[in-house]
Amino acid sequence: MIAAVASGFALALAAPWIVRRAPAHAGWMLALAPAAMTAYLAAQVPAVAAGSIATAATAWIPTLGIALSFRLDGLSLLFGLLITGVGAVVTVYAGGYLAGHPQLGRFFASLFLFMASMLGLVLADDLIAMFVFWELTSVSSYLLIGFDHDRAEARSAALQALLVTAGGGLVLLTGLLLLGQVGGTFAVSALIAHAEAVRGHVLYLPVLVLILVGAFTKSAQVPFHFWLPSAMEAPTPVSAYLHSATMVKAGVYLLARLAPVLGGTTVWTALVLPVGAATMLVGALLALRQTDLKRILAYSTVSALGALTALIGAGTPAAVEAAMVFLLAHALYKGALFLVAGAVDHETGMRDVSRVGGLRRAMPLTAAAAGLAALSMAGLPPALGFLAKELLYEAVWPGPGGAAWALGVVVVASAALVAVAGIAGVEPFAGPAHPTPRTPHEAPPSLLVGPALLAGLGLAVGLAPVWTAQPLVASAAGATLGAPVTLALKLWHGFTPALGLSVLTVLAGATLYATRSVLRRDAAWLDRAGRLGPAAWYDWAMRALLAAARDQTRLLQSGYLRTYLLVVVGTTVAVTGYALATRVGVRLPTALGDVRSYEWVLAAAILLAALGAVRAPSRLAAVAALGAVGYGIAVVFILYGAPDLAMTQFAVETLTVILFVLVLYRMPRFARYSGTAARVRDALVATAAGGLMTLLLLAATGFSLERRVSAYYAESSVPLAGGRNVVNVILVDFRALDTLGEITVLAIAGVGVYALMRLRARTR
Amino acid sequence: MIAEMVAALPAAPIVVPLVTAILLLAGPRPRAQRLLGLAGSVVSLAAAAALVAATRRGEVLPIQAGGWPAPYGITLVADALAALMVLIASLIGLVALLYTIGARRDDRFVHAGWQFLLAGINWAFLTGDIFNLYVAYEVMLVASYFLLTHGTSRAQAREAFTYVAINLVASMFFLFAVALTYSATGTLNMAHLAERVPAAPVAPVRAAAVLFFLAFGIKAAVFPLFFWLPHAYAIPRAGIAAFFGGLLTKVGVYSLFRVFTVVFPGQLDGVLLWVAAGTMLLGVLGALAQDDIRRILSFHIISQVGYMVMGLGLASQLGVAGGLFYVLHHIVVKSGLILVGGAIEETHRTGRLDRLGGLARTNGPLALVFLLCALSLAGVPPMSGFFAKLLLIRAGLEAGQPWIVAVSVLVSVLTLLSMLKIYSGAFWGAGSPPRAPARLVAPAAALAAITLLVGLGAQGLYGLASTAAGHLTAPAAYVSTVLRK
Repeated sequence: MIAAVASGFALALAAPWIVRRAPAHAGWMLALAPAAMTAYLAAQVPAVAAGSIATAATAWIPTLGIALSFRLDGLSLLFGLLITGVGAVVTVYAGGYLAGHPQLGRFFASLFLFMASMLGLVLADDLIAMFVFWELTSVSSYLLIGFDHDRAEARSAALQALLVTAGGGLVLLTGLLLLGQVGGTFAVSALIAHAEAVRGHVLYLPVLVLILVGAFTKSAQVPFHFWLPSAMEAPTPVSAYLHSATMVKAGVYLLARLAPVLGGTTVWTALVLPVGAATMLVGALLALRQTDLKRILAYSTVSALGALTALIGAGTPAAVEAAMVFLLAHALYKGALFLVAGAVDHETGMRDVSRVGGLRRAMPLTAAAAGLAALSMAGLPPALGFLAKELLYEAVWPGPGGAAWALGVVVVASAALVAVAGIAGVEPFAGPAHPTPRTPHEAPPSLLVGPALLAGLGLAVGLAPVWTAQPLVASAAGATLGAPVTLALKLWHGFTPALGLSVLTVLAGATLYATRSVLRRDAAWLDRAGRLGPAAWYDWAMRALLAAARDQTRLLQSGYLRTYLLVVVGTTVAVTGYALATRVGVRLPTALGDVRSYEWVLAAAILLAALGAVRAPSRLAAVAALGAVGYGIAVVFILYGAPDLAMTQFAVETLTVILFVLVLYRMPRFARYSGTAARVRDALVATAAGGLMTLLLLAATGFSLERRVSAYYAESSVPLAGGRNVVNVILVDFRALDTLGEITVLAIAGVGVYALMRLRARTR
Repeated sequence: MIAEMVAALPAAPIVVPLVTAILLLAGPRPRAQRLLGLAGSVVSLAAAAALVAATRRGEVLPIQAGGWPAPYGITLVADALAALMVLIASLIGLVALLYTIGARRDDRFVHAGWQFLLAGINWAFLTGDIFNLYVAYEVMLVASYFLLTHGTSRAQAREAFTYVAINLVASMFFLFAVALTYSATGTLNMAHLAERVPAAPVAPVRAAAVLFFLAFGIKAAVFPLFFWLPHAYAIPRAGIAAFFGGLLTKVGVYSLFRVFTVVFPGQLDGVLLWVAAGTMLLGVLGALAQDDIRRILSFHIISQVGYMVMGLGLASQLGVAGGLFYVLHHIVVKSGLILVGGAIEETHRTGRLDRLGGLARTNGPLALVFLLCALSLAGVPPMSGFFAKLLLIRAGLEAGQPWIVAVSVLVSVLTLLSMLKIYSGAFWGAGSPPRAPARLVAPAAALAAITLLVGLGAQGLYGLASTAAGHLTAPAAYVSTVLRK
């Protein structure tokens, strides 16, 4: 299994090379790999149906309990067959559909990246490994939706799809991590054993909600469904494969996979069933109004995903069995219809159902495949879709797991879908021919094989369900329910209520189909309602976000150094003051000790000089005043017995003043930029900052001098370092590394000034 | 002899670039400058790799400078954290230098400044003395100011003044905090401080902690002290910006991690997570408002620092390990992205999204490199960024702080949005722009490969980060080894 997934990724890397070597046959050649994998998986059906489960695992991040573990049970096998089977068909199709496209190699690379990721997703037993593949499917979907990136619509649709699904993905990740924390493991197979504990845990509800958000975004459930119709900007093979048969079902897969762990509670049903039902209804109704073939199919896919979600939400054996059959039926007919839509688009140059018609004469084989697929979609015998719909009705029939309101929803949605099946599968081919941008003719083999195969399978399975789908579907349902099921699929169930409802549905659907032009003309209120829907919320949120971003940036990034300094100093005063005032409280020394009179005088002089520097009318005066402050401090050093420090300070101050005066000469005229209010504000902040620093110094009442490391310096200077000037010994021996650093700083500064002067001299 | 060389190994990442810089100033010919600069970077990288190998099991390797015993002399300490930081700094130093040479933007001064900066950064990571850390910061600051203004226009040099002014204020706070710390504890050695701080008077310790936080916070560009960064980092050429953008703020982050676990544990409880949230949110909002590749990336530096602070704020070993993983991952990815932006600017003379388009059609490899790094930045698997987020989310959940997890998830989505804005604007769309030469793409490609490999083999880096975090959350071994007890 690891090899199967890995070979998919290898194929993604090799695809561009293969396309370059054999551009004409790349589709057929590349399809061999998924076809072989389909055969391999199909060969596993008997064993899996008999209850054996293949596993493979390799360590990944053992200290976090994350492993690359895979597990092939019935559910994985059903999805795996869909992924590889439809994948093979779509690969052939894409080779024809995009023949001659300069970026075909990249297209196949993205497609196989998706295929391998999706396969990894359904095979993974470790939730984190599964999530990795989950996100990769979103990324490859982004690249594929944006494949025609010249068009702005394609770009924004790709972005929208990725934001919704990857955003939901991050929520899902949170949920999975929480689930791992609650259940003590990331292995689904082990979590099932702790299911009772998980469901009874305090954090069960947050876990469930987070995971559901992930599943709902991926599987386009209301209110996240809007990204799926937009995703129809992708090339049609992508829509058929990702956005109908496989990727969008990942959410459904996740629900089915985790149902044995999280399902079976009233909360589960209360959250999942209504959302699914609402999605089913909304999708079906919105599909009716569309005229673009692909959007019609997209909305009907939304509806089908809703049905699947609702069934898994109901969670009864009947519902889960129905879900698995419906899943298979939908993948076959919807895949076929998408491929047909692509063929129509490819051969006629348009896909607006109200403007193409009568294609049955030009494209008879395509028309036949479309008819077959529509038969299954409408739920008419003997196609597989009929079986699925019968099971669906039985599952929601009022009783355990079913309810009258759910049955109502299903009947209404199904009737709408019957009409949609007609619109998508029959309307383009029936009636009189219309002129189209290209003269229509039959599609080439590469575009025919796929729809014919998928639609034919839908019929074959419907006719002989026992030999084909039954073991697969039964073991998939068993894996979801956590118990083996005995399932008997048959076309004829006798005169049951379900059959009656089927007849009713078809009649109602036929009526809707007949009145489709009226619906298109007169039901504009549906569009208006749509304009208030989640797609509009998304647009609004995007605009609001950008506006907020602009405003806050303009506010915070003024570009003025003085504002920045004000914020920095202000923050410092506020934060430090707050920390001391609330948590500690500062105790100031009560008596100031024996301060001598000349010390008072000195302090006053320094303060006055500082004030003078601030109020100075010219730069020269300010520099002079600053110099006075510096000299004053040097005097303090002398008074407290540090003559060498004082000497240094005098030298530095003198040099600084001289340098300043030299530079001042080259500077622009002195001007005042700030008004009185700003100056008062600045003065307040500055005083507060100075006051705070003073307080801190006073509060830092000396730590006992003997325990300071400087005591060691005084003792060891002569005997160990051989120097009598302790300060010098500290500088060049005890802490020589500091001195090295400061010398380096000076050197760099010198070189920097030299480099600047040279550069300026050259540019002048 | 060999034993002595091994014992001196922790000093190598400082000494090698320093010596290289001095040799470079002697003024060899341009070809020799390049070779010398590259040689210095490669040797530093090799020394750093050897250090990581030597500390990976939790070893602590101190050097007592001048043979003066700790805490009286200055101690250089290589533990897993310092070794990892030195490794990443040397790696980015080398890759960004290769780009700068590839872009033909190097001269004697660039090479010398480069090595000085590398020496300063490594110094900051390796020192075990809080005042010596200040000195290392000064070396870094003056070298970075030198590189920032070198070869730029007058207007840009003026913008750089903002950078230096703000950083000087930060240095002042730093110095004041050191003074307060010394007056309260009588020592500067971090291991010694770890012993003495608990018994020290509360008020000066608290004040020093806050001032340290502000000083490092300004360097690291955390909320609300980040505003200086975006303009400053958009000034220099991409090679230098990659060096800066990836590393310099992370020295501030590193210092926060080191000082607020070993020296002042628990002093910022409750504050850090709020700071993290504000930094994440405001940074990403700033990025969304930009229309220029390099400016978008500059704002993201801020936002991403928020995640790292979140890891520190969670304070558990998992959280701190997650934060460190994030730091290391981010440096690789962010430098890679800036280099991609640079390759675009060098080739197209602009980084404005409204003037670019269609790069994916003609620059396939560049597009792939960008996507790998951008998706990694947004936390998409299987790149390193995913595991960085996974660790943080898990640590946040385990610490019972769901709100910060929610913020981090939201910001991830917004990060993705702004990265895709670049992809959509510059790489997608009509047009067939010229191809960027391989010498500009290769350095970023190397970083993209690293983020992918680190993700696929996440156990490796996670193991190291976890060891490093162990020294921070339980510093007893670090303290006793440094003080030779």
